Amino acid sequence: MPQMNMIDAIRDAMDVKMAEDDNVVVFGEDVGYFGGVFRCTHGLQEKYGTSRVFDSPINESGIVGTAIGMAAYGLRPCVEIQFADYIYPAYDQIVSEAARLRYRSAAEFTAPLVVRTPCGGGIFGGQTHSQSPESLFTHISGVKTVIVSNPYDAKGLLISAIEDDDPVIFFEPKRLYNGPFDGHHDRPAKNWSTHPMGDVPEGRYTVPIGKASVVSEGADVTILTYGTMVYVAEAAKEETGVDAEIIDLRSLLPLDIDTIVASVKKTGRCMVLHEATLTSGFGAELAAQVQERCFYHLEVPIERVTGWDTPYPHAQEWDYFPGPARVGAALKSMMEAV
Amino acid sequence: MADYKPLQFHVPEPTGRPGDEPDFTGIEIPAAGSAPRPPIDVDPSEIKELARTMIRVLNTDGVAVGPWAEDIPEDVLMHGLRSMIRTRAFDERMMTLQRQGKTSFYMKCTGEEAIAIAFQQALSKGDMHFPTYRQQGILLAQDYPLVDMINQILSNAKDPLKGRQLPILYSVRDYGFFTVSGNLGTQFVQAVGWAMASAIKGDTNIAAAWIGDGSTAESDFHAALVNASVYQPPVVLNVVNNQWAISSFQGIAGGNSATFAERAHGYGIPALRVDGNDYLAVYAVSRWAIERARRGYGPTLIEWVTYRVAPHSTSDDPSKYRPREESNAWPLGDPILRLKNYLIGRGHWSDERQTQAETEFDEEVRTATKEAESHGTMGSGSSPKEMFECVFKEMPPHLREQRQKMGV
Repeated sequence: MPQMNMIDAIRDAMDVKMAEDDNVVVFGEDVGYFGGVFRCTHGLQEKYGTSRVFDSPINESGIVGTAIGMAAYGLRPCVEIQFADYIYPAYDQIVSEAARLRYRSAAEFTAPLVVRTPCGGGIFGGQTHSQSPESLFTHISGVKTVIVSNPYDAKGLLISAIEDDDPVIFFEPKRLYNGPFDGHHDRPAKNWSTHPMGDVPEGRYTVPIGKASVVSEGADVTILTYGTMVYVAEAAKEETGVDAEIIDLRSLLPLDIDTIVASVKKTGRCMVLHEATLTSGFGAELAAQVQERCFYHLEVPIERVTGWDTPYPHAQEWDYFPGPARVGAALKSMMEAV
Repeated sequence: MADYKPLQFHVPEPTGRPGDEPDFTGIEIPAAGSAPRPPIDVDPSEIKELARTMIRVLNTDGVAVGPWAEDIPEDVLMHGLRSMIRTRAFDERMMTLQRQGKTSFYMKCTGEEAIAIAFQQALSKGDMHFPTYRQQGILLAQDYPLVDMINQILSNAKDPLKGRQLPILYSVRDYGFFTVSGNLGTQFVQAVGWAMASAIKGDTNIAAAWIGDGSTAESDFHAALVNASVYQPPVVLNVVNNQWAISSFQGIAGGNSATFAERAHGYGIPALRVDGNDYLAVYAVSRWAIERARRGYGPTLIEWVTYRVAPHSTSDDPSKYRPREESNAWPLGDPILRLKNYLIGRGHWSDERQTQAETEFDEEVRTATKEAESHGTMGSGSSPKEMFECVFKEMPPHLREQRQKMGV
């Protein structure tokens, strides 16, 4: 089976869909000739031509707005917003338009489009190249929100997203593009070639939107997480010896609540872990749903480990980032609380 | 000592507010027939003056003059006039429905009827409008069933949009009428995307984007123009300059610094400024721009100069922010009256037929209203169950659960 990093896997997903379906088009800032600042569309313009893969002006509301018009026509645009931090100008088009076409037109018009965007920190990108705005999209009605954590899922979920008849916001943690990252920034970087999820089949396969993955089984604490934090959780588990069950949510909306509930009822403890800021983060939604459904199974309060409620800082990146030390300390305190 | 004087902040003011006499002396109105008519493949840089003048066909004697005067088939003209009368009758009746509490909201297009209707008549099947809330004429010109329009306005059991959308924000795909957002400007760039898709697929469909003078200030207007400029898709970019955005006059959108048509020049997009109350000019210029798009010469921006005779919506009172007599003083007159007089002059129409048509459409609208009301008014007859449908193609578990919780 071919070994791929997450960039190759994402590109391969678009390649597979573009070969299969003439309606799939790809555009965004620098995605054409250059192949994207992270190289995710490298070679696609050469292969499929400039009418299906092209550069867009630096105007995110224009990228999503034109994609909506195209999708309404019958195309399946898969557009790139260069950094999730740049998605805000497109927010109105996503919230008021893409998410609402089906509803307000009684399904006469729909917007089957994918907005791919690199998110998260760990690359010294400062406050404009590091954010995790996923909860801004789960809070609105009518878009699906996906965050991937490895090459295999990235390809399978992106194919699912392109084939989906509703708009999908597709977050790609940029720190994971070249390898799993456990938060130990001072250690040598790992790459995907030695990781089982770097085995990526050729051709079309899908990973369903709305299904979580139990990446590590355990008996004592459930860690609900996604994206880069999956590997931070794994490191904290290994370093503390706490028998944690780590769930990679993969899709925040729809949410695989059944997998979450089954795990928390088994372990009796729940940690919510994400890189995004704390207040009104997706972790708040997870905590609310877990206590609604698992209150009498909980032995300790639900713990949230997240980025601080500050803009993403530059020099203090590793103070902001919820690394394995913070996660480990929280795990231990949850075990000692009873 | 520096000799700088204190800076002065500038906020444009309209020529009149309540209590003032209307003043339209600032609007230059060139003689009908004075604007040249270029070929559709003209280099945009050669027709910059057309963004500053006003293309007009009907002169003060009600005669069609100049290069934009076309030999329009009589049935087209008659349908245009009748559709305008019908639209006005429809607006009046719907306004009454709102006053009676049978619907929550309505917006009239009084005085602007010629623009949507003549433009629609110049389009073809397969083309798509991305309308604002004031282009009901597009549907009324195509004989879309009145009852369906009123069912939507009443949000009743037969509302095609299942009660989910604000009254008048129709969606009618088969009639080339894209679902109206209600958020301003967002759809201008979507029209460009739709037109890009037509070109990507190698089809011959074109898109018509619509926006008001006020909303040209939105960022999406710029996004639309830059994309239209870059990709040259088959789209006609319509700016309806009806002078007022609720209570803000067009100067608050920058209209005193340059015409709205001139906005296109920075993008190399050809632009034409047109007397929007002159049905013959609207039809001729629409055909020109549509043909240009369909022949692959790219986008055109058209500023339709008109006046919003009606309030912005049922929620505002224009006498609170503009001179009471301003609409009567509007120098471009009434589009229905002007076309009527032209047709009478040509021997195709008469005052009697005008009165007959007014009665006919008033009755048609009354009958349709009665039928629609039998399916419920102001949301009665709508199903709460529908609230949860169509958020997604397939209802995800959390919405199923919420619907069960609500007990529907």
